[in-house]
Amino acid sequence: MTKQFKVLYRTAIILLAGAAAMLLGAFILWAIGADVTKTYSVIILEPLKNRIQIGEVIIRAIPLTVIALGISVAYRSGIINIGAEGQMAMGILAATAVALALPGLPKAVLLPLALTAGALGGAAWGFIPGLLKAKLHVSELLSTVMLNYIAAQFYTFCLRGPMLDPAEITMGSGTPQSMRLTRAVWLDRLVPGTRIHTGVYIALFLAFVVWLLLWRTSWGYRMRAAGAGERAARYGGIGVAGCLVAAMMISGAFAGLAGAVEVAGVHRRAIEGITGGYGFSGIVVALFGGLHPAGIVPASFFFGLLIVGADMTQRMAGVPANMVLVLQGVIILVIVATRMVLANPYLADRVWRRYRALFRRNMEE
Amino acid sequence: MDFAVNILALGIPFSVALLLASLGEMFNQRAGVFNLGCEGIMAMGAFLGMLVPYAAGQGAPVSGAFNLLGLLLAMVAGALLGLFFGLAVVTFRAPQGIAGIGLQMFGVGTAGTLFRHFVGGTQSIPGIDRLPIPVLSEIPLLGPVFFSHNPLVYLTFLLVPAAWYILFRTPWGLRVRASGTNPRAADSMGIRVNLVRYQALAVGGALAGLAGAYLSLCQVKMFSDEIIAGRGFIAVALVYFGHWRPLKITGGALLFSLAQALQLAIQGQGIDFPYEFAVMLPYALVIVVLAFSRESLLLGPTALGKPFNREMRT
Repeated sequence: MTKQFKVLYRTAIILLAGAAAMLLGAFILWAIGADVTKTYSVIILEPLKNRIQIGEVIIRAIPLTVIALGISVAYRSGIINIGAEGQMAMGILAATAVALALPGLPKAVLLPLALTAGALGGAAWGFIPGLLKAKLHVSELLSTVMLNYIAAQFYTFCLRGPMLDPAEITMGSGTPQSMRLTRAVWLDRLVPGTRIHTGVYIALFLAFVVWLLLWRTSWGYRMRAAGAGERAARYGGIGVAGCLVAAMMISGAFAGLAGAVEVAGVHRRAIEGITGGYGFSGIVVALFGGLHPAGIVPASFFFGLLIVGADMTQRMAGVPANMVLVLQGVIILVIVATRMVLANPYLADRVWRRYRALFRRNMEE
Repeated sequence: MDFAVNILALGIPFSVALLLASLGEMFNQRAGVFNLGCEGIMAMGAFLGMLVPYAAGQGAPVSGAFNLLGLLLAMVAGALLGLFFGLAVVTFRAPQGIAGIGLQMFGVGTAGTLFRHFVGGTQSIPGIDRLPIPVLSEIPLLGPVFFSHNPLVYLTFLLVPAAWYILFRTPWGLRVRASGTNPRAADSMGIRVNLVRYQALAVGGALAGLAGAYLSLCQVKMFSDEIIAGRGFIAVALVYFGHWRPLKITGGALLFSLAQALQLAIQGQGIDFPYEFAVMLPYALVIVVLAFSRESLLLGPTALGKPFNREMRT
């Protein structure tokens, strides 16, 4: 096989995969009688038309990056974390609890403390499925999904009970939300007129840290080895069980931190629906970004765009915002299938022989 | 005594959605395919099941034929989604766990999108009524517990022995089990493993679609985004808990639904217990059950989750 053919082959398959994903999404759009090209162009172009919307895309890309980084650490270590939604909720609760309990502290102390609390809350929620997988072989896919439902209920319970804003009780409006957090935990806004906050730096810094840890330390090597081949890793003296628990806790910590950043940077109080599907979108972002920080950062911007764009399609093209979930599901299916096709040497070889035969015949003619 | 009868009479219908979905998932897993997208197929089934009678009657009672058509449509769509999943995990050999999440998001998203377009908001439908069996339902105690349910409840419990018979006493059942236990040996005996896996996925998908339609047409009598509420995932867990056997799976489904009925009954008695913790209970129970059924990993289909490739030697 020539190098030129390999590049051509990969490009063709990736293009085909992209077309397949667009087509599957288009089927659903046709079913509801929507204008397909208009819907796609609204989703992808409309949010880029003014500063405020670009800001909205970026503030969605922040939690997506952080969560996807955590998911890719877990995925590389051989454990699939679909519990980021619940871990994020626990992170929000922990960060809010710390901020509410210690309102008098100066910013330099309280903000790091609240963010750490968020990370710890998420890590604790990730520790459970990690331990269950390592010690009792409980499928992490099922346990993390169940923990998502449990966390969602616990979150609602806290907002309606122990954390409920006292003002809501006296006013009697009963919106389940916490008190507004003190200014000392706010992440500053960066660009006037938008909601972009300093969480951007946190996300980019974490992307660098993940790259450093996974690809430039022996610890990261052990984690990736455990994920690449469990038996070989164990033979090589790597404690795979420990790696699984650690990977899940890191993954949870990232999701929890994403929640804390979201509260401190955007909402400034715990309200319902903050997690809003970020945990599941994070899986798509991680896969789309090739499970590598350098891919995840642009991928999270793209999916931030998709989320903001899908909110606008309702008004501009009459397509419900749920469409973004359809696209994300399709993208996951297409990516995992495409990865296997690309990794299939037999198929590549068959195509190569066809290609060569075709090429020769053309030469003879 | 009345309390116990109430819980049983309430709990048995609750088990149907779980039971249908788990029986379907059992066929998938026996053939070697782990279908985590069950939840998404159920969501599509729930939506399509209610769409037909809703469109026909706009909320007014409609003839039973439309309800049947809704059930049928849900099953066909479920089977198609199962085949679609097969394209990804059987033909393209994608890792099944993560692909299942994709299918779940696709199903839930599509159901939500179509629902908002064709129905709009929360609309209750008359649905399928209970059908007490004439003489038998008059029996004290046994009557209300076993013989005054929805027709689908009876049908589902008849399906349990049928599923057992199909899986363990028919040639197709043998092919399914062979494909999930030792696909290479099955292949050498002339069984087309991937074809069998597609068939199992279609059967499993149809049952999951029916389970969803049962929820929207018989149990809740409306559709909402949260209608499935993790039942698809619980159904997958029940297959592990039930050791891939129809009877044990039925036991598991009944355990869960009776726990749910008990929880509702206790709340009805006015005992002060935070609502959210009551809702958490079944999900926590799944984790506990999985943690304590460790030996089930030794009993499961050995090729579960492993794509079959004729061209590879291992």
